[in-house]
Amino acid sequence: MSESSNTKEILLGPIFNNNPIGFQILGICSALAVTSNLNTTVTMCIALTLVTAFSNYFISLIRNHIPSSIRIIVQMTIIASLVIVVDQILKAYAFGISKALSVFVGLIITNCIVMGRAEAFAMKNPPVISFLDGIGNGLGYSAMLLILGVIRELLGSGKLFGIEILPLVSDGGWYVACGIMLLPPSAFFLIGLIIWGLRTVKTNQLERNEFEISPHTKTLEVF
Amino acid sequence: MSNDSIGKTVFVAGVLCLVCSVIVAGSAVLLKPIQTENRLLDKQKNILAAAGLLNERESVKTAFEKIETRLVNVSEGRFATPEELSEMGVTDANLYDPRKAAKITGSNVMLSSEQDIASIKMRARYYPVYLHRDSTGNLDKIILPVHGYGLWSTLYGFVALKNDFNTVVGLGFYEHAETPGLGGEVDNPKWKALWPGKKIYDDQNNVSIALVKGNVDKSSPEAVHQVDALSGASLTSRGVTNLMQFWLGKEGFGPFLNKLGKEGV
Repeated sequence: MSESSNTKEILLGPIFNNNPIGFQILGICSALAVTSNLNTTVTMCIALTLVTAFSNYFISLIRNHIPSSIRIIVQMTIIASLVIVVDQILKAYAFGISKALSVFVGLIITNCIVMGRAEAFAMKNPPVISFLDGIGNGLGYSAMLLILGVIRELLGSGKLFGIEILPLVSDGGWYVACGIMLLPPSAFFLIGLIIWGLRTVKTNQLERNEFEISPHTKTLEVF
Repeated sequence: MSNDSIGKTVFVAGVLCLVCSVIVAGSAVLLKPIQTENRLLDKQKNILAAAGLLNERESVKTAFEKIETRLVNVSEGRFATPEELSEMGVTDANLYDPRKAAKITGSNVMLSSEQDIASIKMRARYYPVYLHRDSTGNLDKIILPVHGYGLWSTLYGFVALKNDFNTVVGLGFYEHAETPGLGGEVDNPKWKALWPGKKIYDDQNNVSIALVKGNVDKSSPEAVHQVDALSGASLTSRGVTNLMQFWLGKEGFGPFLNKLGKEGV
């Protein structure tokens, strides 16, 4: 594999082929929580992408000096520091959005995607490629969140980015809002449907059964 | 030195902690002034919005300059005296935080279960009120902070009254976590538009504002005290009724408003 196609694979692979939410099933919690409207969704996507990329970069920089006995704590410390910095910046420059995201910015610390990439990729690869891997996985997460955000905000409140697309009945229009879309469970159903769709198209994402289920015992065999 | 020796482990942990704490502390300290200002601005925006004073032409800051913030001794129904302010260590009423004060013994008042209709357990001794004067300097509107428990969360908001201390100018909740689409409709501008013009007190000076199920019967004499409840959100609606009853009643700003009405500001 040539160098450039490798970079492309690392950057774009996680969007469809190896999507952190769709294939690895990581980071579901925040995907349910922040996708009821697009403004918070986009902010969360940017925040997570930056945190994943920079935590990968810094962890990879010092990967040869991290004692294996405390490596998880070292990774967590770096991730947590980055998240706090992002949270502080949001509070200072995007107060409204940071209020809407509330606790979920802080919870990026526990987002399995960040931790997973640090442990699986950044610990074994040089900094620049780790940084790209972080961006790539951030983009994969973002792609899924944006799909959810568009569907949920459009069907749930008839808007995109807060701009009215489908006039609601309650405001004199014709569209009856689908209330469940504003509640977290709808994101769960949507993610399920998207994963089903992804695995129907990309059959290599199907997981092999861990064991075969035997047919039911026939009545005859009992006697 | 091997990576896994004790010396190296302690060294890496130490250096990492030092570097990370400098970065975190640095960002927190550098950004703090902007953050404090944001929080203040957000609150002022909500106060102006409740009173219908928010407009496109003016920034929140200039619009808020016309508003005077005073602290009120709620139990005694009067403005806090300068001695009380200095005892509380309050120099700028805009920076006083009643939510913090409500949690500290000495600056709060515990509520007994029959007093506590809004389910808030305790309240601060002093609350800020916001006075808006017209161009001739007469009191035009007064904005009061209110809060109380809904279904899932405490709703925090402001209610603005006309200078008769009875007619509602507007209300708005700036913080709550009620169900989106049901109780969350307390933020719906159409519902909030039902409030202006409603009267809080009846002839006997009892708080009679209430949310009622179904549509308000406009021909009934009570209609002026009634607002449509939120559909599908009985408990949030009851919470809103209760918090209005509490904060405008005798445990809340009732005595203070009564006194203002008699004596003027």
